[in-house]
Amino acid sequence: MTKLSLIRNFSIVAHIDHGKSTLADRLIQLTGTVAERDMKEQLLDSMDIERERGITIKANTVRIEYPAKDGNTYVLNLIDTPGHVDFAYEVSRSMRAVEGSLLVVDATQGVEAQTLANVYTAIDADHEIVPVLNKIDLPAAEPERVKEQIEDVIGIDASEAIEISAKTGLGIPDVLEAIVKRLPQPKEGDPDKPLKAMLVDSKYDPYLGVVVIVRIIDGVLKKGQRIRMMKTGGLYEVDKVGVYRPAMTDVEELGPGEIGFLTAQIKQVRDTRVGDTITTEKKGTDTALPGFKPSIPVVFCGLFPVDANDFEDMRDAIEKLALNDASFTFEMETSAALGFGFRCGFLGLLHLEVIRDRIEREYNIDLITTAPSVVYHIHMRDGEMRELHNPADMPDLTYVDHIEEPRIKATILVPDEYLGDVLKLCQDRRGIQLDLTYAGSRAMAVYDLPLNEVVFDFYDRLKSVTKGYASFDYQMIGYREDRLVKMSVLVNDEPVDALSMMVHADRAEGRGRAMCEKLKELIPRHMFKIPIQAAIGGRVIARETLSAMRKDVTAKCYGGDATRKRKLLDKQKAGKKKMRQFGKVEIPQQAFINALKMDG
Amino acid sequence: MPEDWQAGGFGLYIHWPFCQSKCPYCDFNSHVAARVDQAAWGEALVSELRRYAALLPGRTLNSIFFGGGTPSLMDPQVVAALIDAARAGWPTANTLEVTLEANPTSVEAGRFRGYREAGVNRISMGIQALNDRDLKALGRLHSVEEALRAHDVARGIFDRVSFDLIYARQGQSMEDWRAELTRALDLSPDHLSLYQLTIEPGTAFGDRHARGLLKGLPDEDLGADLYDVTQELCAAAGLPAYEVSNHARPGAESLHNLVYWHYGDYVGIGPGAHGRITLDGQRWATSTERQPGNWLHGTRAGTPAETREPLLPADQAVEYLMMGLRLAEGVSISRFHRLGETPLDPVVLERLTADGLIAIEGDTLSTTPKGRPLLNAILRELLTA
Ligand SMILES: Nc1nc2c(ncn2[C@@H]2O[C@H](COP(=O)(O)OP(=O)(O)OP(=O)(O)O)[C@@H](O)[C@H]2O)c(=O)[nH]1
Ligand SMILES: C[S@@+](CC[C@H](N)C(=O)[O-])C[C@H]1O[C@@H](n2cnc3c(N)ncnc32)[C@H](O)[C@@H]1O
Ligand code: SF4
Ligand SMILES: [Mg+2]
Repeated sequence: MTKLSLIRNFSIVAHIDHGKSTLADRLIQLTGTVAERDMKEQLLDSMDIERERGITIKANTVRIEYPAKDGNTYVLNLIDTPGHVDFAYEVSRSMRAVEGSLLVVDATQGVEAQTLANVYTAIDADHEIVPVLNKIDLPAAEPERVKEQIEDVIGIDASEAIEISAKTGLGIPDVLEAIVKRLPQPKEGDPDKPLKAMLVDSKYDPYLGVVVIVRIIDGVLKKGQRIRMMKTGGLYEVDKVGVYRPAMTDVEELGPGEIGFLTAQIKQVRDTRVGDTITTEKKGTDTALPGFKPSIPVVFCGLFPVDANDFEDMRDAIEKLALNDASFTFEMETSAALGFGFRCGFLGLLHLEVIRDRIEREYNIDLITTAPSVVYHIHMRDGEMRELHNPADMPDLTYVDHIEEPRIKATILVPDEYLGDVLKLCQDRRGIQLDLTYAGSRAMAVYDLPLNEVVFDFYDRLKSVTKGYASFDYQMIGYREDRLVKMSVLVNDEPVDALSMMVHADRAEGRGRAMCEKLKELIPRHMFKIPIQAAIGGRVIARETLSAMRKDVTAKCYGGDATRKRKLLDKQKAGKKKMRQFGKVEIPQQAFINALKMDG
Repeated sequence: MPEDWQAGGFGLYIHWPFCQSKCPYCDFNSHVAARVDQAAWGEALVSELRRYAALLPGRTLNSIFFGGGTPSLMDPQVVAALIDAARAGWPTANTLEVTLEANPTSVEAGRFRGYREAGVNRISMGIQALNDRDLKALGRLHSVEEALRAHDVARGIFDRVSFDLIYARQGQSMEDWRAELTRALDLSPDHLSLYQLTIEPGTAFGDRHARGLLKGLPDEDLGADLYDVTQELCAAAGLPAYEVSNHARPGAESLHNLVYWHYGDYVGIGPGAHGRITLDGQRWATSTERQPGNWLHGTRAGTPAETREPLLPADQAVEYLMMGLRLAEGVSISRFHRLGETPLDPVVLERLTADGLIAIEGDTLSTTPKGRPLLNAILRELLTA
């Protein structure tokens, strides 16, 4: 057990790509936690998707030991968090497990929307915050200007911000000293009291089953103990207690203030509830921790196997992924055009893409993704309220009284010169301005926006109109009534339910036109011409015609080309698998998601 | 029962892999070499020819084709030695066609008589364009004037002279092509190969195209219009298309290429050459080492690098269909069924017929003039249903 005064627990938080994981690398390296030969960039980003995209998706805990200048060796538990807004929940719950935060700010970019969001979450969690200016090795770094910004925009003292380069290692010793000097030790903690531990996170490990990350508040956690989850009531016997260094390393016990993991024959991640209080089965504590609000999926879409024979494999894949990701929900769905599949809920679009990629790659199943949608509240005339996750399930309008849609509060930080474009974008997306303030040459716009206007491509559009200089954060603020209608799409006179969507009545025509134009580009020409229509009820609101293919022939084909040409045909057979047949028309699976992207 | 290949005949393809310079659109196995040891190449090719003659004895040879690369860079003696070896190795048909691909420069025209004496009886000239600016853009070394002079020389020496043009070039308008093709037809050829420029990956044009730097290529609609006008002008001049890109006065078709499209057997020798040969009832796809240096080295050392892949019945049926449907005359449905044992889907056949893309008459399945430019799409329908 470690003395409380020698423990420091903190999270590393920042806007996406500001260098959290790289800073974690340096802390791990400088303290000799990992052998030099085992070091690699963003060591903690261990999932394939994380490595490929260069982003953190899951928060990671590491325990390092640091012999400080004061002669004491401290135990530091760091939590590297993701920066993308979809995974903001990971950040907030990580913060609940620690007492301080290193707020990393990229000195070439300055304060961004997630920087702000993180500060607010940290303040909520009562954290001590140490600002760290990263990437000062880059010529474009402007530490002085960014310090001013931190003071102006965030309102925290930046005079002692530490200037570092997580890449070169410059300034890292100062960060370690600041952690022990400026961050507080765990506040309470009595090893003699009954066990009280916070369930910080849980993940599925193929060898060990469910691994639970815990933060001990009081008491001692040991192997062999019978434990109880206070909220779910689950009873288990602890098999293993350990810490991440970052490899899983068994320890005898975990005492107050410490962070580590346990395993206890828990079958599913769903059997654990993040924020739950863990105590001993007998003589346990009776004061549970306040717990966290669970994360709720906000974006829904249908996922269907391209090849109907893959359905069972897909169910298996989805169940396995859900084992490890409680924020992702699914239920079976059938579509007239697409057959059997699943309606899935996600934290945002990146989360959706990540899950879809993993199913496709790790389980080798080609998927069709239908138009993402949010959850509408359909108020029926008889007073009943139905949640609508799928536009295809829209009830008969004669029984509907009114429809409500989810709204968000969006905070956008943007250099002055792009403000006009950002305001226009928000306006176009039915936004209501709540606030507009300036700090130096940057503006902060706060908008009330319908989530359905944001889920799809708002972020992409925002990035493109601001050349990547804007940053964006949002939170849900509730439901509001509006004039919403279901728009359906007909390809070659056949309705394609997977393309139907809910839209605001005033925007239906524009969306319909854009959708038809997009589909005209996305559907390859066929040997006949294809009408593409958007309709509300029976009324066609937009129409395009895809003309027939005129030429598709190989100019030269002699003796030497036979093999190559035959193999090409084989490949096209495989390519055809990536298409779905709607009547006589083949629609490539990419079309389902790209058709929704709007250029304006 | 006769073996299937006999329906298509038997040909010999000889690949000469060298060129004066590499054209930016070309993905053939062609290389620029500072020096070529013609005698060594001649010997190696002859030894390969003999190896195949021993493997496939007694076949009646219908055609010999010298392709490239630029076979008009070959020493006439080397050409002669190969033709002699072929005649010694196989019985030959009375109609034996011996074609040599020639680039139309004056230097090469100087060798034409020698080729004729060696036994070549047909020349296929790569004129490519009748417009100096486009010849330059295509990286060709000749001018229009030089090409026309070489063409004259060839016509004086050979009875059968065909030439190639590439169209759908950068910036080529309908009017440009109409005028150019009219001029070509005015030369009263009895055979023409007219290819739409294809952007091949791995070529200079392919790279430029991938980077978005190849400007002015026609879109699908203009490409289709250019194709249509090609059909129209050639037919009016008495040279209808007998294949997607080949036009001939009836009777003047290239016998060699018909061996491919009729899915006959052919021996391919030289670096990177492909063949289709039937041995003891099994059809094989053969191909040889592509890299000229390695090919020569291996062949001279008595260890020629050749891969031989057995073709499954289904593969053969597919190859027959995709080659045969290129011809205006079409394919034999019963032969297709005999090869592959999987019948064509009647529903698909009916749909394609109703759309006016294919025609079935008795045992013959063919593409209509409307369907031929959509052949790849038709094949996808027929073969992937
Ligand atoms: N030049 C320079 N580049 C850095 C520095 N720190 C990080 N980077 C680079 O910035 C990029 C993002 O770094 P990460 O450590 O993955 O950032 P992150 O904050 O963990 O990103 P998310 O987890 O996706 O939010 C990588 O390409 C790093 O190599 C630095 O000090 N200097
Ligand atoms: C083996 S090649 C070349 C023979 C000879 N070396 C020449 O270039 O004239 C035969 C013909 O294919 C055509 N060809 C080659 N590459 C082509 C391409 N990328 N697109 C269209 N036609 C092409 C040319 O018309 C060429 O004459
Ligand atoms: S087009 Fe003919 S001359 Fe040009 S590189 Fe290819 S083979 Fe050689
Ligand atoms: Mg990271």
